[in-house]
Amino acid sequence: MLEILLDATVRAGTPILFATLGAIINERAGIINLGIEGLMLIGALAGFAGTYLSGSLLVGVLLAFAASFLAGSIHALITVQLRGNQIVSGLALTMFGIGITALFGKGMVGLTIVGFKRIAIPGLSQLPIVGKAFFNQDLLIYFSFLLVFLIWFFFYRTRWGLGVRSVGENPAAADTCGFSVSTYRFFAVTIGSGLVGIGGAYLSLASTPMWIENMSAGRGWIAVALVIFAGWSSPRAMLGAYLFGGITAMQLRFQAMGTTVSAHILQMLPYFFTILVLVISTLRLKKGASQQPEGLGLPYDREDRK
Amino acid sequence: MSDILHIENIRKTFPGVIALDDVSFSVARGEIHTLLGENGAGKSTLMNVLTGLYHPDRGQIRIAGEKIHFTSPRDSLACGIGMVHQHFMLVPAHSVFENILLALDNVPNFYSRKTYKEKIQQLIDEFDLDLDLSTPVWKLSIGAQQWIELIKLLMRDCQLLILDEPTAVLTPQEADRLFDVLRRLKKQGKSIIFISHKMREVMEISDRVTILKKGCSLDTLARGDFDESKLASLMIGKDKIPQWQKTLQMSDEIVLDIQGLSVRNDRGLSDLDKFNLQLKKGEILGVAGVAGNGQKALAEVLTGLKNTSHGRILAREKDITNSNARYSYIAGIAHIPEDRKTIGIAPDMSVDENLIMKSFKSGSFRNWIFQNKKAIRRNAEEKIEQFAIKTGPDGTPVRYLSGGNIQKVIIARELSEHPAVLVALYPTRGLDIGSAGYVHKVIADGADRGMSTILIAEDLDELLKLSDRIAVMFRGKLIGYVNPRKTTREEIGLMMSGETPGDTA
Amino acid sequence: MKLVIERREISSPLLRFSAPIASIGVALFVAGFLLLASGVSPLVAYKEIIIEALGSLYGLSETLVKTTPLIFAGLGVSLAFRMQIWNIGAEGQIYVGAMGATWVALFSGLQNHWVMLVAMFFAAFFCAGLWAGVAGFLRARWQVNEVIVTLLMNYIAILWVDYLIYGPWKDPKGFNFPLTAQFSDTARFAEYFNTRMHSGFFLALFCALVLYLFIERTVWGYEIKVIGSNQKAAQYAGMNTGMAIFFVLFLSGAIAGIAGFSEVAGLQHRLQHGISPGYGYTAIIIAWLAKRSAIGVVIVSFLLGVLLVGGDSLQLLWQLPVAFVYAFQGLILFFLLASDFFIIYRVKLVKGVAHA
Repeated sequence: MLEILLDATVRAGTPILFATLGAIINERAGIINLGIEGLMLIGALAGFAGTYLSGSLLVGVLLAFAASFLAGSIHALITVQLRGNQIVSGLALTMFGIGITALFGKGMVGLTIVGFKRIAIPGLSQLPIVGKAFFNQDLLIYFSFLLVFLIWFFFYRTRWGLGVRSVGENPAAADTCGFSVSTYRFFAVTIGSGLVGIGGAYLSLASTPMWIENMSAGRGWIAVALVIFAGWSSPRAMLGAYLFGGITAMQLRFQAMGTTVSAHILQMLPYFFTILVLVISTLRLKKGASQQPEGLGLPYDREDRK
Repeated sequence: MSDILHIENIRKTFPGVIALDDVSFSVARGEIHTLLGENGAGKSTLMNVLTGLYHPDRGQIRIAGEKIHFTSPRDSLACGIGMVHQHFMLVPAHSVFENILLALDNVPNFYSRKTYKEKIQQLIDEFDLDLDLSTPVWKLSIGAQQWIELIKLLMRDCQLLILDEPTAVLTPQEADRLFDVLRRLKKQGKSIIFISHKMREVMEISDRVTILKKGCSLDTLARGDFDESKLASLMIGKDKIPQWQKTLQMSDEIVLDIQGLSVRNDRGLSDLDKFNLQLKKGEILGVAGVAGNGQKALAEVLTGLKNTSHGRILAREKDITNSNARYSYIAGIAHIPEDRKTIGIAPDMSVDENLIMKSFKSGSFRNWIFQNKKAIRRNAEEKIEQFAIKTGPDGTPVRYLSGGNIQKVIIARELSEHPAVLVALYPTRGLDIGSAGYVHKVIADGADRGMSTILIAEDLDELLKLSDRIAVMFRGKLIGYVNPRKTTREEIGLMMSGETPGDTA
Repeated sequence: MKLVIERREISSPLLRFSAPIASIGVALFVAGFLLLASGVSPLVAYKEIIIEALGSLYGLSETLVKTTPLIFAGLGVSLAFRMQIWNIGAEGQIYVGAMGATWVALFSGLQNHWVMLVAMFFAAFFCAGLWAGVAGFLRARWQVNEVIVTLLMNYIAILWVDYLIYGPWKDPKGFNFPLTAQFSDTARFAEYFNTRMHSGFFLALFCALVLYLFIERTVWGYEIKVIGSNQKAAQYAGMNTGMAIFFVLFLSGAIAGIAGFSEVAGLQHRLQHGISPGYGYTAIIIAWLAKRSAIGVVIVSFLLGVLLVGGDSLQLLWQLPVAFVYAFQGLILFFLLASDFFIIYRVKLVKGVAHA
C-alpha cells in the first residue's frame, strides 16, 4: 500500500519537479516567468508530436525542450532585451501556449504512442518501501534526479552559475564585473523554459501517453508557487514537487476507493494546499536573510542606475 | 612621468540635464590624483564614463596613449581601470569569496575553490585586512565591504583605481587606515583617482588636484600650488552660501524626549540600542555619525514608520511610541526623508497632488468623499510661489522635477502644518549649493519661529554651521553631546568611532 | 557601427496612441500565419470576423453581449492595476459572483423583481469580493504573492461551482445534466430588440462611470493612486496601505463578480459549467491595453468582444478550437509589451571606434 502510494507520488511529482527546476533557473537570474503553464503545454504537445512522428521517445523529449526553449525566448526577448513587464509577458506566454497547443494539437487528439517504460535498477530497486518508488521508474525520472544535482552543482560550483545568481541578485554588480546581464538572463530564461517543456513532455510521454487539450491543468502554476517553497534551491524543489505528487496520489487513491466525498472537492486539494504552502513559505521567508533573489522582477537598464 | 590616463573634452547629457559639459585632465603613473567638486559638479557621471557605464556624447579617452572607446564596463576593466563605487557593487547574499571571484577575469568555468581561496587570502594577509572569506557580505560592516571592493580590483591587477568618496562611510580612523593602503599602492606604481569634497583629506593625500565645477574641469594644480582656501574658492566659486543670523531662542522646554529606544532590523541586528535623546523647543540638534549607525532607524521610529522593541518617545509629553505615521504627523512631527525619490514623493503624480499627500483628508481639501480640486490647486499655487518651486506645465508628474525642486515640494508639504518638530535626514544630499542653502535657511527660519529640528547629516561642516548642539551616535547608541562652537573635528571624529567624550560639551 | 539604446526625453503622444493599435495589427498579421498553418485563409477569416460581429444588428448585439462581462472583469482587474496589485483571479471571481447571484435567485423566495435583482447584485458583489479579499488579506498581512493566490483560486472556484451543479444544486428535472434549475422571470434582466442583449450592458457602462468618478474624484481614489505610484511614500504619508490593498482587491473581485451576476441574470438564466469561457483572463489584456482609464476599458472590451464573437464563428465554420482566441490574445500582449519599449527608448546606430 505505502509502496504503491510512494510510487504514484514520484510519478505525479515529476512533471512538477521539472517545471519547478526550470522556473528556479529563470528566477535565479531575476526573471519572473508566469508562462510555466503555457510552456508545459507546448512541451507536452511537442514531445508527443515528436515521438508520434519519429517513433523515438528521445526525439520527443528533445523536441519538447527545443519548442519550449523557443517559446521561452519570446519571454526572454520581451523581458530582458526589451525590458517589458515580466508578469504580463509571462501571462501572455501562458495564453499563447494554451491557444497554440489547442490549435496545433487538434489533429493529435486520440492518437496513441508507446510511452516511457519502467527500468528497474538492479539492487537498488529491491530496497524495502523506497526501492520501487525511486529505482523502478522510467528514464525521465532518473534524469530528473540527476538534474537536481546538476543544477545545484551549476549554481554553486561553476562560474556560469555564479554569474546567473549574481545577475539575479544585483545585476549592476555583475555588469561592472564584466558579466553580460542580458546574455545570462536570456539563456537562463530559455534553458529554464526548455526544462519546463520536458516536464510537460513527461505528461504526454509517461503519465498518460497521449495528447489531451490543456493537459497540464494548473500544474505550471503550482510549480510557480513551489519555487518560493523551495527557497530557490533545487534539492528543496524535489521535496516540494513530491509533496504535491503525494497529495495528488492520495486524492486519486481516495477516488479509486470510492469515498462519498465529491470528486470535485478532492480535485481542489492540490490547489488549496499550494496556497497553504505558499503562505507558510512566505512567512518563513521573512525571517532572517531572504533567499529571494534581490533583483527578481526588475528590468536592468544600465543608464538607469543613478 | 608617463600618463596612464588622458581625457579630453568629455561631454555627457541626460534628458534635460547637462551632467558633463567639457572635462579634460590626465593622470600619471604612481600618482594620487584628486577630483574635487561640489555635489552635482559631475564627478560621479565622469567616473561612470571612465568605467564604461555611460557613453559620452563627445570627447576622447586615451589609456597609455591609445585612444579608447568603451562600450561596457568590461572594456574599461580590460584596460586596467577599476572603480570602488560610492554604492558598493556587491551581492549582499553572497559570501566574500563569491563576490571577489565574480570580479576576476579568466576564471575557468569549473574552477578550483581551493586555489582561488588561497590566492585571495594571500592578498588579504599582505594588507593585514580583517576579512573572512566565507561570511556573507550583508553581515559585514561598511568599512569591511569597502575592503572587498578594493581586493576585487587588486586581484585583477588594475593599474588605475578610482575611489568615489570612499571616506563618506568611514570613521576618521578607518579613513586613515585606507590612506595607508593607498600610499602603499602608489609605491607599487598604481595610479589612483580619489574623489572627494572633504578638504582635509584632499590636502593630506593628493599629488595633484583637478577641480570640477558644473560639469567643467576648471584647473589642475600640483602639490605645493594649492592650499585649502584656494581649493575652496575654486570649487565654490562666486556662489555665496546664503548667510543668516540665528537668534538663539532655544528654551529649556523639552519637546521631544527619547528614552532607551531599541530597534532591531529585518536581519535581527540592532539598529538602535538603548538610545536616548532630548530635544528642546526652538533647537536645531545636529546628529553626527558615520552612515549606517542607526540614523535612519531613528528617523523612522520618530515618524512612526518603524516600531521599537523597547523604550519610549514622548512628544510634548504625549506618548507617541509605536504610533503609525499619521499619528506622529498629527502629534506635530514632520519628516524630510533620506531618499526623496523613493519615499518622499509619488513620482507619477502632479505637484498639486504631492503637496497634499499628508493632509488630503483635512476638511480644506475635500467635500464629503470628493476631493476639492479648486482648493488643492490654490494650495499648490501658494506653495509654488512661497517656496519658489520650479515646475513644468500644470499636471507635470513630479519625477520630471530637478532634485532641488523635489526637495522643495517635500519641505513645502512638511512645513505647511507648522510642525513642532522637524526630523530632517540628509536634507541637502545631492543638492546644488543654491538649493542646499535654501534648505538651511528654511530650517533656521523655523527655529526662529520655535520649531525644533533634528538634523541628521553626514557633512560635519553643515552640522557645525547650523546646530545649537550636536549629538554623536555610534552603533545605535548616543555617545554624547558636543557644543559646535567649542568642539573640534577630531573630537567629533573620535566620538563617531565610539570613544566616549572628555569633558567638553 | 553599433546599436545604442537610449531613453527618449519625452515619449510622443502620437506614438503612445498608435502603439497599441499597431500591436493589434501586427498580432493580426502573425496570427494570420497560424490560421494559414491550420488551413484557413486569414483574409477570409478576418472578413468573416468583421461581418459576424459587426455586419448585422444581431451580430452587433452578440458583440455587446460578450462585451458586457468583459467590461466588468476589465474594470475589476484595472482597478487593482492602479495600485500595482495583480488580480489574475477575475475568472474565478466571475464564477463565485454567479454562484452568489444564483443562490439568491433559486433559494431566497423573493417575489419583487427589483428587490430580487438588487439582492442578487449584492450577493454576487460580496461573495466575489470576499473571495478576492482572501488574496487581499494574505497579501496585505503577510506579503503573500497575490498573482499565484488569485490564479490558483480560479481552479478552486470553478471546481466549487462544478461541485454545486453536479451535486446539491442540480436541477432534479434536468435529466441529470449538470445544471441548476432555470431562474424565474423575477430574477431575469430585460432583453432588448429581440436579441440576447440585456440590461447588463447598461449596468456595465454605469459601473465604468462610477469607477471613473471613484478613482479621479474621491479621497479614496486619491489614496489608491498614491499607493500605486509609490507604496513607501504612501506609508510615509500615514496611509494604511495594508487596509487599502485588502480593500482594493475586495472591490476588484466584487466588480468582476458582477459579471457573474450579469451573465446568469441576463443570459444563461441558470448556473452551469463554463459560464465564463475565459473572460477573466481576457480582462487582464483589457486592463493592460486600457492602461489606466475606465473609458479605455469600455472601448477595449468592445474590440475584444468583436474578436470573441468572430472567434466563435471561426469555430463553427472551420472547427478551430475556441482556445485559438487565447493564442491571439497572447500575441497582442507580446507585441504590446514590445511596443512599450519603443515608446520609452530610441534605438540608434552610432559609429563606434573599437580599441585602437
